[in-house]
Amino acid sequence: MDPGPQVATRAAALGSLRRRPERLPGEARRIGYLYVAPAFILYAAFNLLPLFQGINISFYNWDGITPGTWVGLDNYTEFFTDPTILAGYTHVLILMIFYAFLPIVIGLFLAALISRIRIRGLTVFRILLFLPLVITDVVTAVAWTWVYDINGPISTALRAIGLGRLVPAQGWLGDFNTALPAVGVFGLWGGFGFCLILFLAGVMKIPASLYEAARVDGANAIREFFAVTLPGLRYELQVVLVLSVIGTLDTFDEIYVMTGGGPGTATSVPAYLVWRRLFQTGQVGSAAALGIVLMLIIFAVTWAINRAMERGNEA
Amino acid sequence: MVAPPARVRIALAVVAVALVGAACTPGGSVTQATAPPKPAVTGVPDTGPITLTVWDQETGQVSKIWDQLNAEFEAKYPNVTIKRVNRDFGELKSLLRLAISSPNGPDVVEANQGWPDMGALVKGGLLLPLNNYADAYGWTNRVSQNVLAVSSWSPDGKNFGTGNLYGYTTMGEIIGVYYNKQMLSDLGLELPTTLPEFEQDLEAAKQAGQVPIQFANGDAFPGIHEYAIVQDQLASTDYLTSLIFGTQRDQLSFDTPENVQAAATLQDWANKGYFTPGFGGAGYDSAVADFGKGQGLFMITGNWIVANLGASSTDFGFFLLPPQQQGGPAVSTGGAGFPLSIAAGTEHADAAAAYIDWMTSDHASDLLLNTGQIPLHTGASTAALQQGTLLADVVNATATATADNGVVPYEDWATPTFYDTMTAAIQELMANRISPEEFTTRIQSDYSDFQSSRT
Repeated sequence: MDPGPQVATRAAALGSLRRRPERLPGEARRIGYLYVAPAFILYAAFNLLPLFQGINISFYNWDGITPGTWVGLDNYTEFFTDPTILAGYTHVLILMIFYAFLPIVIGLFLAALISRIRIRGLTVFRILLFLPLVITDVVTAVAWTWVYDINGPISTALRAIGLGRLVPAQGWLGDFNTALPAVGVFGLWGGFGFCLILFLAGVMKIPASLYEAARVDGANAIREFFAVTLPGLRYELQVVLVLSVIGTLDTFDEIYVMTGGGPGTATSVPAYLVWRRLFQTGQVGSAAALGIVLMLIIFAVTWAINRAMERGNEA
Repeated sequence: MVAPPARVRIALAVVAVALVGAACTPGGSVTQATAPPKPAVTGVPDTGPITLTVWDQETGQVSKIWDQLNAEFEAKYPNVTIKRVNRDFGELKSLLRLAISSPNGPDVVEANQGWPDMGALVKGGLLLPLNNYADAYGWTNRVSQNVLAVSSWSPDGKNFGTGNLYGYTTMGEIIGVYYNKQMLSDLGLELPTTLPEFEQDLEAAKQAGQVPIQFANGDAFPGIHEYAIVQDQLASTDYLTSLIFGTQRDQLSFDTPENVQAAATLQDWANKGYFTPGFGGAGYDSAVADFGKGQGLFMITGNWIVANLGASSTDFGFFLLPPQQQGGPAVSTGGAGFPLSIAAGTEHADAAAAYIDWMTSDHASDLLLNTGQIPLHTGASTAALQQGTLLADVVNATATATADNGVVPYEDWATPTFYDTMTAAIQELMANRISPEEFTTRIQSDYSDFQSSRT
């Protein structure tokens, strides 16, 4: 007869350490590795191994079929010599204004406003704002390509109010000056709801007593914002900043769908350059190097943001 | 909590294993594809069931005819099943390398000519040389040397336009000028016989408030065609063909006065508003549809839209862009259409060759003729063509250019990155952002980089 279960129950009831030394809760146990193993194996196979392969490939000139030739760091020094790569990074920096900076500013402003005013039907409002994020961005990008058509709703509306001369001759996505901002506005439309939702949630967490105290001290709306609201949203701000900056740096979908990097190279971005070199022009080593550099830049930027925000938290 | 050293050791072990696993030269070893024995066997061997996997990028009516031809082939050889994998042009370009190097890959493929596609596959030993089959089936006698040259490569993939035959087709393509017959006569104009006369027609159409050239460059590729046929009238065919094949390595330059003049002409037309307003962002398919609805006097594109406008249409006509001077040679861009190739790793080379022979037979080209595909082979029965129809115009124009030896291959075949470089540069040229000289300098730098990288 197996006495096991009864013994264990009694031991637990007695709270004694009779059978084997029980560990303190929270201390690491070797069996933990077993639990992690399945997920880790998948992660290693589909993320780590390709990452190391990519690092390896980036030191070669490889067309994808025939044996590659070793070129050392040549694919990396391209970063300084190939103007299209630098142009790609310049474009994402510009996109960051639309994908990160503006959504945060607008989100903060609206969150501060809403925190002071009771708005009816806030839930409906939230759903509408969040909707763009729920629909795949490929689908919305296709729809916006029509929106930006030279005879689409924006152009037609401008002509209707007599501002037809603002419509660029080659269409919003075909004009060298408006193509990138046009993609940016698409990103702003999609991303700003996310910021606002997060900030609204954050604002709800701020105790009303802080606001009352500020008012008692004679703070006006603006002082209140900087003294109470903004510090209270620090964590949400950090999250939004990191996510939106990373999201901008590896933008691909909307460029592929809406402009194909064009007109010319006016909207090319690093992720799109990686795709073209990998699949279209057979420059696999260069594509790998571009990807690795992009990854390192994302690491660096994320680390910098987190450092800056955490230092602020301690203050 | 103290981090146990075991954790760090395990992590290092993982990294070490991964690095060792990954640190090897990418790309498999290359064995040059061995040709089938000579003389090659014609017809399909009846050694049990055979499945032929065919990758193609045909669409629309042509695709339906392919289905019909496939069914007829299967009826002719009951032990053969055709497994057809149809993808669009862009997908095929991206996926072909990966698919054809896998052990269960396709047997017959449509591989685009040029350095980045067929050239790379030949270099990787992934395509079967077809010479012995060409001799056995008589393919080499059916088409001109030009048609064979664009699918020919040296076995190491280092030389283009000579060597073994790696792809075969009997259908051709040509770029030219479609015109709206009613609009032409309404404007009181006649078909131009010189380039200056063509430009006068453009101005007349503009003055009358019509769109002189229906054009959309949002998809980037149409720009290459507009530039190329102007260039064809100004630069010599021999120079252009040698440039594209790269036979003279870095001795030839793209930066020539003729190419600059062609760029200046194109930019001039754009600045004068001869192209559809908003062409920079517009889509090609919409432009074709608009032209079919009567918007635009001319449209400069290839024979593939004949099916859209109607092969037997008498509302639209077609002519080659006329030469600079009266009596000059008839030249345009075009040549062999998409060739069929055999994967080197196939187990059914003989059946694959028989399939290619079937798809390029007189019977096939008769069926495909009505879709606007132009037969280039000898003995093509164009007698059934009704003169005065759009299809007849296209076929006649091709015959004229071929007879004058004035068919220039597609320029984006010249280097692996030429397509990207040219499409972007042409978009900037037509938006007046770069000068014609900057245009040719920029393209020449891509060209010379490639020539100097060729070992």
